[in-house]
Amino acid sequence: MTSILDLSAVELRDAIACGELSAVEAARAYLDAIERTEPRVQAFNEVHADRALARAAQIDADRAAGKPLGPLAGVPLAVKDNLCMTHGRTTCSSKMLAEFRAPYTATAVAKLEDAGAVVLGKTNLDEFAMGSSTENSGFRPTRNPWDLSRVPGGSSGGSAAAVAARQCVAALGSDTGGSIRQPAAFCGIVGLKPTYGRVSRFGLVAYGSSLDQIGPLTRDVTDAALLTRAIAGHDRRDSTSVPRDVPDYLASVNKPIEGLRVGLPGEFFSDALDAEIGAAIRAAAGAYESAGAKLVDVSLPHSRIDRDADGKLSSYAVACYYIVAMAEASSNLARYDGVHYGHRTAEKVEDIVELFSRSRAEGFGPEVKRRIMLGSYTLSAGYYDAYYNKALKVRRLIQNDFDRAFEACDVILAPASPTPAFRLGEKTSDPLTMYLADIYTISVNLAGLPGLTVPAALGRDGLPIGMQLIGPVFSEETLFRAARMYEQAGGVRRLTPPAMAP
Amino acid sequence: MSKTIDLDLVRHIGKLSRIALSEQEVGTFAAQLAGILEYFGKLQELDTEGVEPMAHAVQLHNVLADDTPGESLTPEQALANAPDRDGDFFKVPKVIGDSQ
Repeated sequence: MTSILDLSAVELRDAIACGELSAVEAARAYLDAIERTEPRVQAFNEVHADRALARAAQIDADRAAGKPLGPLAGVPLAVKDNLCMTHGRTTCSSKMLAEFRAPYTATAVAKLEDAGAVVLGKTNLDEFAMGSSTENSGFRPTRNPWDLSRVPGGSSGGSAAAVAARQCVAALGSDTGGSIRQPAAFCGIVGLKPTYGRVSRFGLVAYGSSLDQIGPLTRDVTDAALLTRAIAGHDRRDSTSVPRDVPDYLASVNKPIEGLRVGLPGEFFSDALDAEIGAAIRAAAGAYESAGAKLVDVSLPHSRIDRDADGKLSSYAVACYYIVAMAEASSNLARYDGVHYGHRTAEKVEDIVELFSRSRAEGFGPEVKRRIMLGSYTLSAGYYDAYYNKALKVRRLIQNDFDRAFEACDVILAPASPTPAFRLGEKTSDPLTMYLADIYTISVNLAGLPGLTVPAALGRDGLPIGMQLIGPVFSEETLFRAARMYEQAGGVRRLTPPAMAP
Repeated sequence: MSKTIDLDLVRHIGKLSRIALSEQEVGTFAAQLAGILEYFGKLQELDTEGVEPMAHAVQLHNVLADDTPGESLTPEQALANAPDRDGDFFKVPKVIGDSQ
């Protein structure tokens, strides 16, 4: 049974397709793994064991009947719990939606299931995807499988921890400011934030609608290519999804890119960066050079990271991002009113406004309240220009920086986070300190670009170090190929936390 | 964090946001929001004269769809998560007069 957990999604579906392994055996192996490790990791909000086994049995029956199998037939996956599914609850790890049952399934999840994937359950997150450690979950924090005293990152911390702990082969997450890429880095796995519009957001519970994208968290680059191919494409139910062909990422992933130009933004390698992470990324740059790539210095002045006199990190991009994200959040989360669905206060109320205000006070956790309040404030009369409109202009400057950089390079190589996984409770007392965990990932969302995190190294204290490849819009194919070049050039791949081995 | 914002302002923002705040929350948020707003103020250092605001990363305009009826939620599905209902309606407490 051990060997099943070692297989990648591509290997597993091939083994199932040729009958070496049944889908039920695969599902059972992962359900057993969940049972074994879940008390320590706490990655799942809900496990759908019966449904997963029934769907796996259906795949096996289809195969026996000679029916064609999908590209993910029998692959056991997990889904972040802000993606709607008609089965079970969709909670966003919020007390507001603790009992919510979605009337439809998100397009990305439906596409995976149509491709034959077996969904094992829904994973924990920072409430409504607002956070960088999964400690803002309204239910409980998830632990990092590499060190249970540390956070898995966030907000897709449950999905990242589940993949790293081998509780599933791969998972879906969502990324508004780094919520796939930062936890992927903390957990030593691969995570892609696709180009804005590449994947339909239909059925993703909205947080920052101009920033949100759904993407895969996987053990290696090839699996990320497989899953992205399965979920990408236009959807008439999301008018921001872009009608554009989806390349066969899997077919090209092993083709190295001749003459690849790798850009290194000087602004990202300041003293704000952990020395060991800086060294790991420079070593990766060296590996690219040895593989024939050309290293180019590029500049992203508006994503610059400084250290203030009091030692605090500061960045225009962080300020810009949080203004935009909070403004959008305050508008999106206005829908939770205690009337149509979600939590309603049991207190006796005098009028409808009190019903709204009490229900929201009881249903939302502190970080969600902070973001709604700040968003309401920056959008209110008298402050709109100073904050929101100003941020939209800075957003343009940030995008212009990237446009200029991509004239000189094909991909940008950058850190995915300023430090490796931090300890639970380390950043919870000061919200601003937590926001700075996103410092290397947020500008990518503001500019709508794709960003791919892959493991770069294992650090001295046994914690994984991730690196990020950023490309122009719709350059996912280039990112996969470039990342695969690094895997093949001796980069680390398919890391397993020692404590999670069976 | 030493800076703070006016407690009345926090109460006002709470009202705008339709979130009832305890007095303890008002105090905590006053300090936290002040720190975050000060951080946001950093953007004033940048000259953005003549820069076009960017609300969206991908420029898609006037996305039109054919006006063909498709599947939609049944009243039963739409009401399935309602905290309270009366037949095919969402039910709320009696609203008397104009509340603000």
